[in-house]
Amino acid sequence: MSCFLTNSSVGKKLVMSISGCFLVLFILFHMSMNLTVLFSREAYNLICEFLGANWYALAGTAVLAFGVAVHFIYAFILTINNYRARGKQRYAVTVQEKGVSWASKNMLVLGIIVVLGLGIHLIHFWSKMQLVEVMHSQFALGIDANGAEFTVHPANGALLMAYTFSKWYNVVIYLVWFAALWFHLTHGVWSMFQSAGFANDTWYPRLKCLANIVATLIFLGFAVVAVVCFLKSGDYIAEMVNWTPGL
Amino acid sequence: MNFTLKIWRQRDAKSQGAFETYKVTDISADTSFLEMMDILNNNLIHEGKEPVAFDHDCREGICGMCSMHINGHAHGPSQAVTTCQMYMRKFKDGSTITIEPWRSAAFPVIRDLVVDRGAYDKILQAGGFISVRTNSVPDGNAIPIPKKDADESMDAAACVGCGACAATCKNGSAMLFVAARVSSLAKLPQGRVEGARRAKAMVAKMDELGFGNCTNTGACQAQCPKSISIAHIARLNREFLAAKLQD
Amino acid sequence: MAYKLDAKTPAGELAQKWSNHKAAIKVVSPANKRKLDIIVVGTGLGGASAAASLGELGYNVKIFCISDSPRRAHSIAAQGGINAAKNYQNDNDSIYRLFYDTIKGGDYRAREANVYRLAEVSNLIIDQCVAQGVPFAREYGGLLANRSFGGAQVSRTFYARGQTGQQLLLGAYAALNKEIAAGSVKSYPRHEMLDIVIENGEACGIIARNLVTGEIERHGAHAVVIATGGYGNVFFLSTNAMASNGSAAFQCYRKGAGFANPCFTQIHPTCIPVHGTQQSKLTLMSESLRNDGRIWVPKKMEDVEAIRKGTKLPSEIAEEDRDYYLERRYPAFGNLVPRDVASRAAKERCDAGFGVNETGLAVFIDFKTAIERLGKDVIKQRYGNLFDMYEEITDVNPYEQPMQIFPAVHYTMGGIWVDYNLMTTIPGLYAIGEANFSDHGANRLGASALMQGLADGYFVLPYTIGDYLAKKIQAPKVKTDTAAFDEAEKGVRARIERLFAIKGNQSVDDIHKRLGLIMWDNVGMARTKESLEKAIVEIQALRKEFYADLKLVGDNESFNVELEKALRLEDFLELGELMARDALNREESCGGHFRSEHQTEDGEALRHDDKFAYAAVWEYKGIDNVPEMTIEPLEYEFVHRAQRNYKD
Repeated sequence: MSCFLTNSSVGKKLVMSISGCFLVLFILFHMSMNLTVLFSREAYNLICEFLGANWYALAGTAVLAFGVAVHFIYAFILTINNYRARGKQRYAVTVQEKGVSWASKNMLVLGIIVVLGLGIHLIHFWSKMQLVEVMHSQFALGIDANGAEFTVHPANGALLMAYTFSKWYNVVIYLVWFAALWFHLTHGVWSMFQSAGFANDTWYPRLKCLANIVATLIFLGFAVVAVVCFLKSGDYIAEMVNWTPGL
Repeated sequence: MNFTLKIWRQRDAKSQGAFETYKVTDISADTSFLEMMDILNNNLIHEGKEPVAFDHDCREGICGMCSMHINGHAHGPSQAVTTCQMYMRKFKDGSTITIEPWRSAAFPVIRDLVVDRGAYDKILQAGGFISVRTNSVPDGNAIPIPKKDADESMDAAACVGCGACAATCKNGSAMLFVAARVSSLAKLPQGRVEGARRAKAMVAKMDELGFGNCTNTGACQAQCPKSISIAHIARLNREFLAAKLQD
Repeated sequence: MAYKLDAKTPAGELAQKWSNHKAAIKVVSPANKRKLDIIVVGTGLGGASAAASLGELGYNVKIFCISDSPRRAHSIAAQGGINAAKNYQNDNDSIYRLFYDTIKGGDYRAREANVYRLAEVSNLIIDQCVAQGVPFAREYGGLLANRSFGGAQVSRTFYARGQTGQQLLLGAYAALNKEIAAGSVKSYPRHEMLDIVIENGEACGIIARNLVTGEIERHGAHAVVIATGGYGNVFFLSTNAMASNGSAAFQCYRKGAGFANPCFTQIHPTCIPVHGTQQSKLTLMSESLRNDGRIWVPKKMEDVEAIRKGTKLPSEIAEEDRDYYLERRYPAFGNLVPRDVASRAAKERCDAGFGVNETGLAVFIDFKTAIERLGKDVIKQRYGNLFDMYEEITDVNPYEQPMQIFPAVHYTMGGIWVDYNLMTTIPGLYAIGEANFSDHGANRLGASALMQGLADGYFVLPYTIGDYLAKKIQAPKVKTDTAAFDEAEKGVRARIERLFAIKGNQSVDDIHKRLGLIMWDNVGMARTKESLEKAIVEIQALRKEFYADLKLVGDNESFNVELEKALRLEDFLELGELMARDALNREESCGGHFRSEHQTEDGEALRHDDKFAYAAVWEYKGIDNVPEMTIEPLEYEFVHRAQRNYKD
């Protein structure tokens, strides 16, 4: 397929921009959804139940996976191109130019950290929730605070969350992940406007400010849930261990 | 002032290059960087050695010929100047200065610090012009152009085509150069006529010649001797994408 | 054998000459244009615009430039602007007024018909450049803006910030790119013309050296256009770019083309002074500074000494102790007198001992009054980039202390002699832009160089060359395996080998600097019989030294900048002598040529129209022989010659 989205540098960047934009929107939604857990574990599970058990949620997941894949594959294609364009002989001395953010020069590394974190996240949650449901299993396997195994309903996300974040190392891993995401987004969010052609000197400060706000909101939104779940894991587990789906 | 110079020496495109170290002494602080190079070269000639080849011409910062990567900076550590406008007072007495040629796959080394920037000419030949015949034009005042647009066009037209943007960019991207020309003509009514064709042709040529993809780091803008803004890159993106979407 | 010079100036009324001429000359049909080849050497405003226009017409054009891209040509460095008689300011400007100012500014040593044509096509240039996308400065209403320049009382200079030359060149370069893309122009960057090839008395090609590989190449064509600029670098220190040279023009002279008025050199008054022996070139500060800057030196010698020692800052000198000498001497034009007048006045003060830097060769240009009157912001808007540049170079803040300036070699009005068709004394060989001698007489007005380059390239040569090429439509492609090409190539190779064989002790720059000093001291701003005779002897001796003691490293078969420089210096060593000879012959003062023996009581240039109202055209007679001079009388049919007066 020969199309400007695959064969031109600007077109490829538009793909990065649009896929990135889509992922940011998803993350914002995911973050908002997570925040409900702080107010009501029941409500959170209701959302899980609602999202997990129907075909359009599945289609949504597929689209999401496609978005991640496109963003990821294009990132590699572009980086390989760029590496070649730089030439075989590299500079002996390089510096960080004034006004150039560290994140902007390390998007691939940050992206890889984000994807690795995503893998862990999928193992922790998605494989036990949506995947289980897709496979028509009734229950996901869980382990309670005392180390005893028990089964939980796949829509009992709040319990799974409380359980996962009861481990301090998980909290640390997730915080590192969120931090990488923060860096990635501080450049990515304004950059997607630039690549799509919607930016100018008046708007750069605004767009960069917006990027910082979005990145920080996302970081805080996710981090606060992880930290609160860690601090209150005992209460939450006790509260949700006997939850059954209402729908 | 005295300096130790670590300079890249390479006989021609096919040869292997390497750094060589030289010393220059008794340099006045008011000497320009290129005059310091002249002094070194004159010394080398008297020692029967071949002088260091470097591009330079007007020594007023306008021809765009000079092209040295000094201590990790395109054109040297001062902001918004070309190499020829660097003065030795900007360097610490007794320090070591590393001088490299532009490094980019699209700019092969011709000799020592001289590179072939013919790729930039080729990009402009692809469409960096308005197709008017000599003498077949309306009166200069026939089309009023808002001062703001003319000024913005001039901002972009200040590009001297030195290659610092592609040489600085970690991706070896020539976007700032291409954008400056596209944007300068796009801001003028007479340039709009061929706007779509121009953007498509120039981006295609840029990609074909092996330049990398812009990842919006802004390093080009930071090192540009004429401080050309990446807002022009946004305009190029817009011009290109709009043109492609109409195809 | 002396030249039989025929300027081919058309008859008729001044204003009708060009139209009459265009109607009378031959044209070449499109089918025949395709069969004809033209070589254009040099890609500045003249060369690029000519090549683009000729390519557009259908000729096969080859362009050659010594830099890595046509865009680097030194036209790019012109700052201030380009003149045109548009009368957009409604200040009673007209083609005639531009013509008159140019003739007068040139001290009545240019050809009337050529200058009138220049003024006539000036308006077309602006239209052409606007259409090409040159971002000229505009007013809020969207119309083109103008500024004032020296030697004129109207505001007719169009500009693009302080980068007018750059923008015009990028316009011409874009037109060239369009033709390169279309296949009608083929570009040879990093190529230097080393000889012109003449067969049966007509130009038929060039020998060029590929500067990257050292290969010597032959290129044939039905006509050759020289657009290689001026030869100011004979002085070593000048405002010209480092690679600017007179060699292409000089090869034409060697092969028989007449060289006219070589002594007419323009010394630009506002350059940053020389700071030491290590300096490589002089930086020009735009003439536009004289719009608001006031030029002065201290009245008292003790102040001069205090400033030199650094015990007193120039800003501490009281108003009544300052000598604003231009305002004192030329009340009507003040600081905006023509360049030659301003330069000489600065020299006069420095010769009297009032130079304000340690070398005694600098005067002040001061913005104190302007800043008080207009505020710092306005001055910053107008000259901010120049002030920044000055501070970068000198480490002095011009908002607080006056700038130091001194005159420097800038432009050469002299050049290859051409007729009204811009053809040299060799049929088929043309010279345009600064490379020819035609339009500026003995002094060029600011903002007129760009005008001439583009006028020649866009609007004159493309028509006049047809008159010659119409005779060539039956001619086959020029063969490059002829005896004439063999001989020319052999000559070039021998020249290069000879230089490598010297194996002496002095580098090219060592000798060039010495030539520069001889030229500046003896053939510079003020010349005398004695100084010129001395210069000739010294240059001849230096030339001998060059051939005996040059140290040239490297080889021909690679990228070798020293070889390029050595070849250019070899030509400068002859050109310098030619300039001195011409200056010696011209026993009068006019424009940029000032013979101290010939001045008025007030120290102004004193012309002798009865004896020297001519262009001196020199014919090469061999390296150590005296060239032969032929004169082209300059008859003034329409303008009355007067003593230039900028006082009242």
